[in-house]
Amino acid sequence: MLQTNALAEDTVLTQTDNAVSVSGVSKNYGEVEALKNLTLDFPRGQLTSLLGPSGCGKTTLLKIIAGLLEPTEGKILVNGSPVTGPGEDRAFVFQDFALLPWASVIRNVAFGLELRGVAKSEREDIANKYIKEVGLEGFEKSFPHELSGGMRQRVGLARALSVDADVLLMDEPFSAVDEQTRRKFQEDLLALVANENKTFIFVTHSIEEAVYVSDQIAILLPRPSRVADIIRPTGLREKDVASIRRDSEYLDIVDEIWASLKSYVE
Amino acid sequence: MQIKGVRLPGMSSLLLWGLLWEIVGRTGFSFFVPPLSEVVKTLFEIIGTTAFQKALYETAYAFCSGVFFAIVIGIPTGIMMGKNRLIDELLLPWVNIFLSAPLTALVPVLMVLFGFGMKSIIITTTLFAIWIIILNARVGVMQINRSLVEMATSFGASPWAAFTKVYFWAALPEILGGVRIGIIRAVKGVIIGQLLISLVGFGALFELYSNNFLMKHFWAVLVVLFALAFSISEFLAYLERRVSYYAAKR
Repeated sequence: MLQTNALAEDTVLTQTDNAVSVSGVSKNYGEVEALKNLTLDFPRGQLTSLLGPSGCGKTTLLKIIAGLLEPTEGKILVNGSPVTGPGEDRAFVFQDFALLPWASVIRNVAFGLELRGVAKSEREDIANKYIKEVGLEGFEKSFPHELSGGMRQRVGLARALSVDADVLLMDEPFSAVDEQTRRKFQEDLLALVANENKTFIFVTHSIEEAVYVSDQIAILLPRPSRVADIIRPTGLREKDVASIRRDSEYLDIVDEIWASLKSYVE
Repeated sequence: MQIKGVRLPGMSSLLLWGLLWEIVGRTGFSFFVPPLSEVVKTLFEIIGTTAFQKALYETAYAFCSGVFFAIVIGIPTGIMMGKNRLIDELLLPWVNIFLSAPLTALVPVLMVLFGFGMKSIIITTTLFAIWIIILNARVGVMQINRSLVEMATSFGASPWAAFTKVYFWAALPEILGGVRIGIIRAVKGVIIGQLLISLVGFGALFELYSNNFLMKHFWAVLVVLFALAFSISEFLAYLERRVSYYAAKR
């Protein structure tokens, strides 16, 4: 590591402004080491991707941050306080949407608030706002089985937004939707990161997706899982969403990541 | 089923079998098979009698109580077994044993324990119905989508809220299936109870009519019993279809 003053100051600054910080986390399933001594910081207001080949423990790490799994060792700080379980400061977006099939869109979106005991009229007002925001206006009374995969994930996203958590945890949220919907989602996600003052942690196995949406990309390598590299695209945020995929920095980073991951793909 | 594009209502085949019954009855094939029309005529004759109404009341009372206990004990037990490994390990062998056990053989034991009255009949009915309800609720809960459980947990659901707002509804298609089969078994249970424990209700009527070779009366009561069981079962099947739209998508 370069020991210049500017860099040291920069490090101090980012440390103080981490929404989530993971230090020395290990997770064992019996003999199997899923995560080993993993340390990683998630800067506030930014989107960090966890990228790696399958089986590298990226979803495990996300679920540990969510409080759904307990780490064998190490600790996680969210806004400076240690994680002991699920909390109101984090909201989860699921790969398979995890909607209640028997409940309408509005009840699904408001379900996080319902579980927190918010009164019905109040939570439906909030839900309506986010249903509009994700572009599902007019579908409030529909049921999940009447919606396409992309629309279902919009419901999942609106549910996570409506509890107004600081940290949004997204587990391969776009992997179950078709390619065109996925591109639209990625563009919308960029707008969301820019407009909502939230910290996003985004698990993906798509290199292009990670480079496209991220402020910071953590490359995880498997068996046992560790952070192999952290990449911070610098010039992509200022670019127009339509031209990012033609940008030379974007293409270079995609190539670089592929080169480092290639040997781990069976 | 459709014939030449005309959709037949459910159970139309019953008409055909009813016709066959009538024909066989009219040929005088056997003393035990009177024509269906005679049976129906007898049915309307006895349906107004106090003996019949008393029997209907006694049977309905035992049946409804038995089914009630089977449901309110069975569903929560099944859900707990599906959610808690320890409870499951403890109870599953017993549930399986009782599901396949010849419960009729247990009735004398119940009589010793609970006497010769209504209490034993209700317990017999419950015992016939409850095991399949437990097993179905258990299976329903066990195959709830894992991420639905994680969703409830991650949004901070209390155990009670998770139970009433997520697990119960997610398992509802299987639970209703179990209740439907349980109720059909309970019909069997209540009649066996009434025959073996104390001669009351429809059980007493069956005993009375068959001992006196009143076959028309015997069949009339059987038709009533079948109609009741069939209606309840069809009603539950209807409820099941109402929730089945999401059964495949949990």
